[in-house]
Amino acid sequence: MTTILLIEQILNGLQFGVMLFLTAAGLTLVFGVMGLINLAHGSLFMIGAFAAAAVAGATGSFLLASAASIAAAAAAGAVVEIAVIRRLYGRDHLDQVLATFALILIFSEGTRWLFGSSPLFLDVPSWLSGPVTLPGGILYPLYRLVLIAVGLVIAAGLFLLISRTRLGVRIRAGEADREMIAALGVDISKLYTVVFALGAALAGLAGALVGAIQSVQVGMGEPVLILAFVVIVIGGIGSIKGALVGAILVGLTDTLGGVLLPELFRLFMDNAAATATGSALATMLIYILMAVVLILRPTGLYGERA
Amino acid sequence: MSAKGLVASLAIGMIASMATAEPVKVGMITTLSGGGASLGIAVRDGFMLAVKQAGNPDLEVVIEDDQRKPDIAVQLADRMIQSEKVDILTGIIWSNLAMAVIPAATGQGKFYLSPNAGPSALAGKGCSPLYFNVAWQNDNLHEAAGAYSSNAGYKNSFILAPNYPAGQDALAGYKRTYKGDIAGELFTKLGQTDYAAELAQIRASDADSVFFFLPGGMGISFLKQYADSGIGLPVVGPAFSFDQDILQAMGDAALGVHNTSQWNKDLDNPANAAFVEAFVAEYGRLPSLYASQGYDTANLILSAMAKADVKDADAFRAALEAAEFDSVRGDFEFGPNHHPVQDIYVREVIKEGDVLTNRIVGTALEDHADAYVSDCKM
Repeated sequence: MTTILLIEQILNGLQFGVMLFLTAAGLTLVFGVMGLINLAHGSLFMIGAFAAAAVAGATGSFLLASAASIAAAAAAGAVVEIAVIRRLYGRDHLDQVLATFALILIFSEGTRWLFGSSPLFLDVPSWLSGPVTLPGGILYPLYRLVLIAVGLVIAAGLFLLISRTRLGVRIRAGEADREMIAALGVDISKLYTVVFALGAALAGLAGALVGAIQSVQVGMGEPVLILAFVVIVIGGIGSIKGALVGAILVGLTDTLGGVLLPELFRLFMDNAAATATGSALATMLIYILMAVVLILRPTGLYGERA
Repeated sequence: MSAKGLVASLAIGMIASMATAEPVKVGMITTLSGGGASLGIAVRDGFMLAVKQAGNPDLEVVIEDDQRKPDIAVQLADRMIQSEKVDILTGIIWSNLAMAVIPAATGQGKFYLSPNAGPSALAGKGCSPLYFNVAWQNDNLHEAAGAYSSNAGYKNSFILAPNYPAGQDALAGYKRTYKGDIAGELFTKLGQTDYAAELAQIRASDADSVFFFLPGGMGISFLKQYADSGIGLPVVGPAFSFDQDILQAMGDAALGVHNTSQWNKDLDNPANAAFVEAFVAEYGRLPSLYASQGYDTANLILSAMAKADVKDADAFRAALEAAEFDSVRGDFEFGPNHHPVQDIYVREVIKEGDVLTNRIVGTALEDHADAYVSDCKM
């Protein structure tokens, strides 16, 4: 393992983490502010990717496609909040899990009905494709560097939104005491719709950005959802800062674990066995990380409520 | 969760000129919803095209969706055997579902004809007189890829596959026929979509070629990221990752990749030309490898129906073993373990107009059987 390879892998982990943050941020807002477990968050990720692929196919513009992903996911989020989710705030988590699980099935089969079951094409635009040489002779794909930058800019914007704006004050107040802010005259149902649409928009953008280097297909949001839940459990429910730190921790653990563990086992096992054992253990690593965090801090790194 | 069911019964009255009197009921359990649905849909469409072309009123087909879940597949199989009274089962795409259903179905005296999954456990010690695989044994296309790499002069392959039984079989199959060295061997997570870490390791190795088995969306992700990484080594894989229904999603990243398959749309035989033309006319898209396997499965059943009564299991089995039908892959026969002995070709991904597709550029293995045939005693 050379230093260059290690630095490259750290960048990979960072990029993975930043994209996880975009997905987890909306989930943690909705969970923290409204107390709602939304299993269909991965479907919003998928909607963003499909909207981007459709618009990119029609116009050829990646920027328009990204804008479309935000708009489509936000619109879908708002509609779902008004039509379904609104009825679930007062119910217990099991009802929410059941209803949002049903939404996954509806979104998946609806997408298949609209776009067919073959995966769609969405590619990195030519002006962002190919590798660039970083200081130290590291060859790294330009698009992944852009993903890191975009993710960090959005994270900064989200911090400012939550800490500096009137909307942010209301969101934080709603998290603390929803009856009180309703009594103070804030239209709580409109606030919830806005928060839900904001979370959906972030997931949709993540779907489009990631869809360009991965595959745009029905069901693509489901593996992401599991990791996003791990991230918010590690970071603490409702905390944007926790989501960012948790996402980067998970991204680095996943990437570095997958690379370093098989290397480690190769020191005292034959190659095939080391590869199999190392990969199997690397798969468990983020869940072990989650367990360790929960033992040390039962509410997550930045969680306040038990 | 409610199982979505779809029943297609074909009882179109046409000229009844068949020798057998007993109608045959086929139960198809395949994946029609969820992540892997495009494969099941292709198998179903290919199968039903052959059924429609035959217009045989004695053949009835019942189709159900297993949602890629073993428990649902088992329930459906039980229902088809107990209450629908099917004679033949078919349709399963995935090896884990096949292992859950096939031994139980053959144990209850039903024929099973696999249009896709070919787990090694059913090719060797677990073979059955009632089980036929019309596609391949799981290792076959990987063995062909290893043979191709050796012939192409690659000396140091980097190989990777997901960490699950079919992935481990894939790497074992490749190494069985590949004569060079292994620059690196990686197991990825099943369902993984980000391959940045693996690509960095490939770049850091001194490999001269890359072999990967990553079915479905995993392969699309890998190849797009591979193209973007600028590594540029030649890529070899089994047909699964480069088949008609997913090539368009990969885009130009797939151009020039060599992959191994027992079928392609340009295979030069009359049955194949007729199949491709009829498929395009019926469904408005090019057929995939899976569609060809579904089509061959239906034609095999029809050929056996013409010769024997399905209620006479021995006669029907002998008719299936004879495999006297016009396979779209031309050369096809069953080995003693009821798995295909067939040529496996090398294909290259090309562009026809603006459609990505494959053309055959050579033969990797001729009259190839599987590695487990000698373990099968039936």
